[in-house]
Order: sequence, then C-alpha cells, then structure tokens
Amino acid sequence: MSDRAFQVSRLPGFATIAIGVFLALYIPIFTLAAYSFNTNISMSSWGGFSLDWYVKAWNNDQVKDATLRSLIIALWAAVISTAVATLAALGTTRRKAFKGQTFIYVIINQPLMVPEIVTAVALLIFFAQIKVITGYQGLGYLILAHSAFCVPFAYLPIRARLEGMDLSLETAAADLYATPWRTFRHVTLPLLLPGVIAGAMLAFVISLDDVVITEFVKSGGQDTLPTYMLGQLRRQMTPEINAISTALLVLTIALLTAFFLINRQNDKN
Amino acid sequence: MNAQNAVEARNTVKAFGQGDAQVRALNDVSVEIRKGEFFTLLGPSGCGKTTLLRLIAGFEMPTSGTILLDGQDITYLPPNKRPVNTVFQSYALFPHLTVAQNIAFGLQMLDKPAAEVKSTTEKMLALVKLEAMAGRKTSQLSGGQQQRVALARALAPQPKVLLLDEPLSALDLKLRKEMQIELKRLQTETGITFVFVTHDQEEALTMSDRIGVMSAGKLQQVGTAKDIYTRPVNRFVASFIGETNFLTATTEAGGARLATGDLIEVAGTTPGQRVTVAFRPEQVRLVTAGEAGAIPATITNLVYFGTDTHCHVALNDGTEVVARLQNPSTGDAGLAIGQTLALRFAPGAAQVVED
Ligand SMILES: Nc1ncnc2c1ncn2[C@@H]1O[C@H](COP(=O)(O)OP(=O)(O)OP(=O)(O)O)[C@@H](O)[C@H]1O
Ligand SMILES: [Mg+2]
Repeated sequence: MSDRAFQVSRLPGFATIAIGVFLALYIPIFTLAAYSFNTNISMSSWGGFSLDWYVKAWNNDQVKDATLRSLIIALWAAVISTAVATLAALGTTRRKAFKGQTFIYVIINQPLMVPEIVTAVALLIFFAQIKVITGYQGLGYLILAHSAFCVPFAYLPIRARLEGMDLSLETAAADLYATPWRTFRHVTLPLLLPGVIAGAMLAFVISLDDVVITEFVKSGGQDTLPTYMLGQLRRQMTPEINAISTALLVLTIALLTAFFLINRQNDKN
Repeated sequence: MNAQNAVEARNTVKAFGQGDAQVRALNDVSVEIRKGEFFTLLGPSGCGKTTLLRLIAGFEMPTSGTILLDGQDITYLPPNKRPVNTVFQSYALFPHLTVAQNIAFGLQMLDKPAAEVKSTTEKMLALVKLEAMAGRKTSQLSGGQQQRVALARALAPQPKVLLLDEPLSALDLKLRKEMQIELKRLQTETGITFVFVTHDQEEALTMSDRIGVMSAGKLQQVGTAKDIYTRPVNRFVASFIGETNFLTATTEAGGARLATGDLIEVAGTTPGQRVTVAFRPEQVRLVTAGEAGAIPATITNLVYFGTDTHCHVALNDGTEVVARLQNPSTGDAGLAIGQTLALRFAPGAAQVVED
C-alpha cells in the first residue's frame, strides 16, 4: 500500500537475512560455551558433560593471577575515568556554550576515534621512556592507560543524565541558601548518581575486555585475563579457555544487564 | 530611601543578546514594594515579569540599575546570600527528597540547629495542611499538593520577601480559586511581603494590595486594584484590565467632540487636541432616542450573560460601543437588535487616556 511508511522489515528476504545474521553472531558463542562443558580435550568431538574445565581454570594460579590483575585494573580504571568523565561532563554542560566546545568534545571522545593500535604504540613508546626515567615497573601504567580510553564510555551516560536534568532544581537550591558546592553535593550529585554508576559500569566492562593496549603497555608478568587467554591460544587450545571465556561472558552480561536496568529506572523517574 | 520598602528597583535595565538581536526584557523599570504587602506584577506574556523576579531573586544581574532589599543594595549579591525565596512556576521540587526534606532544605542550608529545623518543618507542614504527606516523595503528590510543598519550602526559612512566578497557572480552575484564598491567608498570617506574578487580571484584582501593570519591558502603572480599574493612565492599562470602550475625539471647552459631532463630558483637558476617551461598559446608560445631550446609536448585537447583558451598539459613524446592562429581575429589558436609542454616561465616567 502506498500510504504505508517504508519499513525495512517488509523487504523480500528480510527474515532470511536477519536469521542468518543472528546465527552468524550467536552460533560461535553458543558453541564456545557448550564446549566449555565438554569432557574431551578436543574441540570437535563431544564426550559428555562435565565442569572439569571450570575446576581446572579455577585452580590455575596463572588464571587466578590474571583475573585478579584484570579486576584491580578495571576497578581503578572505572573509578579514575568516571571521576574525570564527571568533571568533563559538568564542564561541558553546566556553563554557557564557549568557543572551542566542539574541540573539547573531540578531545574527550578521542579514544573512540583514534585506532586503538595507534594509541597502543604511542603509549608503549611514551611509557618506555618514563620507565627508564623513574624505574617504576608497576601496574600504574596499565591503570593509567585503561583510565584514559575508558573516559568517553563513562562520559556519555553522565552527560546524557546531566543534560536531562531540570536546571531549575539547581536554581532552587541556590535560592534556598545553598552555596555552589552544597548545591552540587545535595542536589546535582544525588540526581547524577545513576548516570555515574552507569558510566562506571560501562568503563569497568570496557577495561576488563581490553587486549590491544594492554598487550602493548604491560610489562613482563603483568598478564590480564584477556592477554593471558591470547597467550594460551598461541600454544594449545583447551576447553579451559572456553570455560574462562564463558565465565567472562556471564560477568559482562550481568554488568550490562544491571546497566540497562539502572538506565530504565532513570527513564521512569 | 523609604524605610517602608521591602524591595526597590531603581532604573533597572535588563538586555539579553547583543547588537541587532538585543532584547530589552526590562527597560528602565523603577518600583517600590512596601513591607508586608501583597504586590502583583501583571502583564501579558513576554513583558518582563519573570525577568524582574529573577533580578530580585539574584538569578540574573541587571544590565544597569540597582536592586535594594530593606534599603540594602543587593544588585550583585548571589541568590544564596539573599533573604528572598522563590516559588517556581514548575515548582522545582527536589525529586530525590521527601516532602519534609524538601521543606527542611533551606533551613539546613542556613545551618539552623536540628531541633529548629524539625519544629519549623512541622509548623510549615501544618500551615499548608500536608502533615500526612511528610514522608512521601514529591512525585507521589497531586499538582495542588506539590504547589503547597513549594510554598512551604519557600516560606520555611522566613524570607523577607517571597517571590511567586505564576504559581497557580498549572492548576485547574477550582483548585486555582482555592489556592488564591490559601495564598492570601498565608500572606496575612505570615506577614511576609509577597511579590506575585500573573497574567490573569482577575487573580491580580482579587488578591493584591497593589498591582504593577507591565507591558513591553516597562512598568505602566502602579496602584491599588481600584486605582487601576477606575483611573487607568493609558490605553494599554485600560484595555488590559477589564473591558473598555475607546473613542477618538477632539477636545474643546465643554468636553470632547466625537467624529459624529456629539459631545462627551470629560474633565481637565486643554481644547483643540485629538485624544482617546475611555469608559467602561457598565458606565454606559441607554436612554430613548432623541433625548437631549445623549448620543444616538443603533443596537447591533445583544449577548446574554445571566446577571447582565452586553449590548453592542453602533454610533452614527459606525463606531462600535459596548454597554453592560444589569438584567431586570422580572421580565426583560425590552431591547432588540436594530432598535435605535441613545447613550449617556455617568458623570465623570468618561476620561481621557494616553495612547
Ligand atoms: N535568557 C534569555 N535570553 C534571551 N531573551 C530572554 C531571556 N529571558 C527572557 N528573554 C526575553 O525577555 C522578554 C521578557 O521575558 P520574561 O520571561 O521576563 O517574560 P514574562 O513576562 O515572564 O512572560 P511570561 O508571562 O510568558 O512568562 C521576552 O521577550 C523573552 O524572550
Ligand atoms: Mg514568566
């Protein structure tokens, strides 16, 4: 009918293509998860259900080490990038538009646009020099690098929340004798909190997942879970990797679900 | 300086934007608002009412001019340092706080002792009859209840002046009437100076001690409801408040002569000027055609309003005039469209107004 709006879903073959895409996306993941419960060491033959590979991964000190390191880095990166992103969001929304504002947006979102490998190489060279000068070899480099590329992910939900906030609430607080700091502390921040939590969770997940930059920046013995897995793949593929991947997948899904639930809660208010 | 004034604005100008795009929201406004009075700013949309309130509250700084509070220059004082509170049109209640916490907010920011915060909050809850709602979130309240929370929150710190920006405009008619009475009661009970903004003339006439009529960034007239209704200084005020007939005339010794050749009695004019004569519909009397000194007219329309009838008549040159006639308690007034008759005015009813 001519008066009906154009709908992609009415094109011939739409259903076939959609199903094809879903299968291409999810079959590998389901296979990966399924084989993590395989008794066999082989990736091609099913030998029955078992949790052995999970037990094995759980008892593997290298895995434990890498997991702990990943969590520490992700936690710090989430905290630092969220703090920076909150300040950036306040600076770009709670003042009159200024010259160069677009430039500031570009700078904040730079990690989304510059190819990760370029950032990785740049950080490698930069940190190498600092390592020589200071002699410091610790996790700080990884934490800093992760904090940097997590900023835009934390920034976006916080800015969205700030922009949706009724400005007259802050005016009302000032009218009721609140100093600018107390206005922020008692009105802006509590209302911003869901955005901050969402931003932190997103940053956490992004940091947890990173391979490229971590691979370049880490010193010897600083494997995170993803770089450890990459290293294992180069040697021998066992379902232990499947088990770790599946566990990571479940954790990520849990965090993202929480993120969406918090966002939906926001929208209702 | 007058010690009786709660707020005074002196030659305030507020311009927004630059160059050609500049808007003068306030153009040289001076006003004195007395202690303890219910002062209303009345004017059409965009005339600068909110801007004047925002200057008094401190949310905005004037381009030039001075704002005084209790005789003190507060022009550049930030809003949190002014003993002035605002009831916002959108209420602006804090959604993350309960009703009681909203009301307590100002007192807490003033660092009042906890016991005082508690007792004042309870007093305020009682004042606006919301004791039962103290623990609720503000999103769980009706429009009228939110309105009362906003009032209590602004009154709790006992400001010297309370600013209200069209606080009733979001309410339906019945609730609005109730809140008008409520507001007036609160103002009398607390004795706080109220500066109330509205574009509703009836609201202004019934509630205010004095009214300031604004138009296009200027204060046109300040006075009591009666002053403004019976002695409007210009055409804008006369037409904005109540209904008014305007006729163009030329002054001469005995009064003002209309284009029809009829003479209207007006006081205090110099002969030989073209002027606008204004009079209210209820000040017109209809008499039989041909009566000496009355202005001949023909009825063009009759609109029945229950207690009275609006009788539209055309003068000989076609100018339309509206007369309001009280309906007789029995029978009817015996008027019909097309009927010819004549107009008379109560003595002193017609007056010359500036354009
Ligand atoms: N921040 C601003 N920037 C530019 N122009 C503004 C600003 N605030 C107000 N104005 C202009 O100043 C004029 C007066 O505005 P104001 O809000 O004081 O009107 P008002 O009398 O309160 O009207 P309303 O009854 O519609 O609320 C308007 O023409 C408006 O467009
Ligand atoms: Mg307004």
